[in-house]
Amino acid sequence: MLYGVVLTPLFGALLAWIIPSNRYRPLILPVFAIIHTVQTLLTFIYPPPPSPHGWIVLDPLGKVVLVSITLLFLACAIYAVGYLAFRQERSNRVLCMGLMVCLCAMTLVTVSHHLGLLWVALETTTLTMAPLIYFNHNARSIEATWKYMLICSVGIALALLGLFFLAYSTYVANHQATLLLDELLPAARQLSPAWFNAAFVFLLVGFGTKMGLAPLHTWKPDAYGEAPGLVGALLAGGLVSCAFLALLRVYQICIATGATGFYQQALITMGVVSMAFAAVFMVRQTDFKRMLAYSSVEHVGILTIGLGLGGGALFGALFHLLNNGLTKGVLFLSSGNIHRSYGSKNSEVVKGALQRIPWSGGLFLAGFIAITGSPPFSPFVSEFTIISSAFAQKHYLIGALFLLFLAIIFIGMATTVLAVVMGEAPQDLEETGYRDRFLTVAPPAALMGIILLLGLWMPLPLADLLHGAAALLEVKS
Amino acid sequence: MNTFADQLLVLVMLINFILLGSSRMTVSIRAVALQGVVLGLLPVLINNFSFHLLLISGGIILAKGVVIPWLLFGAMQRVQIKREVEPFIGYVPTLLLGAVTTALAFVFAARLPLAPEHQGLLIIPSSIATLITGFLVLTTRRKAISQVTGYLVLENGIFIFGLLLTEAMPMMVEAGALLDLIVGIFVMGIVINHISREFSSIDTTRLSALKE
Repeated sequence: MLYGVVLTPLFGALLAWIIPSNRYRPLILPVFAIIHTVQTLLTFIYPPPPSPHGWIVLDPLGKVVLVSITLLFLACAIYAVGYLAFRQERSNRVLCMGLMVCLCAMTLVTVSHHLGLLWVALETTTLTMAPLIYFNHNARSIEATWKYMLICSVGIALALLGLFFLAYSTYVANHQATLLLDELLPAARQLSPAWFNAAFVFLLVGFGTKMGLAPLHTWKPDAYGEAPGLVGALLAGGLVSCAFLALLRVYQICIATGATGFYQQALITMGVVSMAFAAVFMVRQTDFKRMLAYSSVEHVGILTIGLGLGGGALFGALFHLLNNGLTKGVLFLSSGNIHRSYGSKNSEVVKGALQRIPWSGGLFLAGFIAITGSPPFSPFVSEFTIISSAFAQKHYLIGALFLLFLAIIFIGMATTVLAVVMGEAPQDLEETGYRDRFLTVAPPAALMGIILLLGLWMPLPLADLLHGAAALLEVKS
Repeated sequence: MNTFADQLLVLVMLINFILLGSSRMTVSIRAVALQGVVLGLLPVLINNFSFHLLLISGGIILAKGVVIPWLLFGAMQRVQIKREVEPFIGYVPTLLLGAVTTALAFVFAARLPLAPEHQGLLIIPSSIATLITGFLVLTTRRKAISQVTGYLVLENGIFIFGLLLTEAMPMMVEAGALLDLIVGIFVMGIVINHISREFSSIDTTRLSALKE
């Protein structure tokens, strides 16, 4: 059953490779996305047994990430059909194959309990995204792809070194090197502290690069800015969640060692620095796709702070993982539409989107309101949980900085977003042929609906799932 | 650990200096390939013989000695670049830096809390020295292909450390990591090709349109 969820997208990739028609090939994507969502739901209803050696297990943490990935991918897949209909001038074979392989690798990340396997899957997601960032085949996108490739490859290589250190710490402890999570957790107290700390630092740097934590985020604005909207959505909502899950696995071992202070402080520091970087670069950002990239830096910061704070913030962080993924989907897909319609992503050219393409402009505005943590949308709930937990734990400085950066980011983002959606559309715009269609508007609208719903009412199964996942990250003393 | 394996590790460190000192790309690519092959021999030499290790060694030699150099030579020929010009830090200074860091790697490795049976092995210092060489090449060279060789050397350094754990790493993970490496180099090769078409050069300092 679990193998089915992981491997089915590969058939999709094969089909995408075989089908010769550029027009009908994108239909593969929604078909396999729906199959993936159904399979995911089935594994939730009928929990499958773990694989014999405990390599492949679906635990609550994996479930949270899997659910956000499958929903986001479904939206992106349906959107892709509409988007690629506008881009018939270019072969979409590589794009469709890359998306399917990436879905397979992302699913594998969520279910692997062997950290080596998790690393391989995470590296695969990095590689499959490279050709997708380069979809537009111009000088700017090649530059973005090169930076992304080089920085992320080096980052993920350092994570491998961190994993080796981790395995070595188990070897020093009891002469049996292992990377299997279910063997690491019970033995964590005996791990050699020096090697484990080294492992933690390298893993934080490695997975942090992949997540885009500042100051390791330098590839992010370029890659997010130049990639097509749907690829940006998957980068910001899918890959980020996968890398965060990898960090969560490491953190699970950190807790099990019994000495958590250092790790929590490191996470909180990285998180606050990320929010600070985002706040600085968000102000006066004229390129609205790059602005979204800095928003992503901000939100990985929020996730990491939530993780570092622990306690009630864990629930908030895990809920925020889901909310961030879905809201990023709304923002990137609608910004992709605006980009298509104006042929530019600079807020000095792009004005009056509400007038020119009311649906996409409206969704972009609503997405902005949601992502900055305004009620009634669900990111408000998760961010509020994290902040209140910070104050409840008497981390006043962190809470105050958090609020300050949120305020700066809100203002910075508002200047750009309002300039894009409000006002009069310039008269001298060239005709780009893009109009809001059902297929390019419905997916982000559906995601927006989910965010609104989750903000107003939390379904019981989801609450149980999040509490179960947070319990795995609870510090036991 | 036998003396032959030690000599191979010394050879690996010497290859680091070839990489730091050479301006011709064919030399660099061949040196990285040789380094890969040498590393591929090590798992069989230092552990007790087993079929699993033989497969790993064979896979590594095939990947690092044949497939990756072939991809890199292909990329080099398509873009018609033979030399690295004007690295950010000259060849002599990087060689000196390489020598200093290699010496420091030995000092550092002696202080690490290693398992008793790993004390005094050449694996740790050569791993650190190779890692740092990789970083030096990666950061000081301008041409995209040279940066890829730097990345490979970095990966080799990490791999040397993994030698301490060969028996613990399952086959599937080793194979997956190698496959990822090959695909990564393949994608980088394609990207290099597109860079040269777009910019008429693979000088990565020209990739500077995207900034704040």
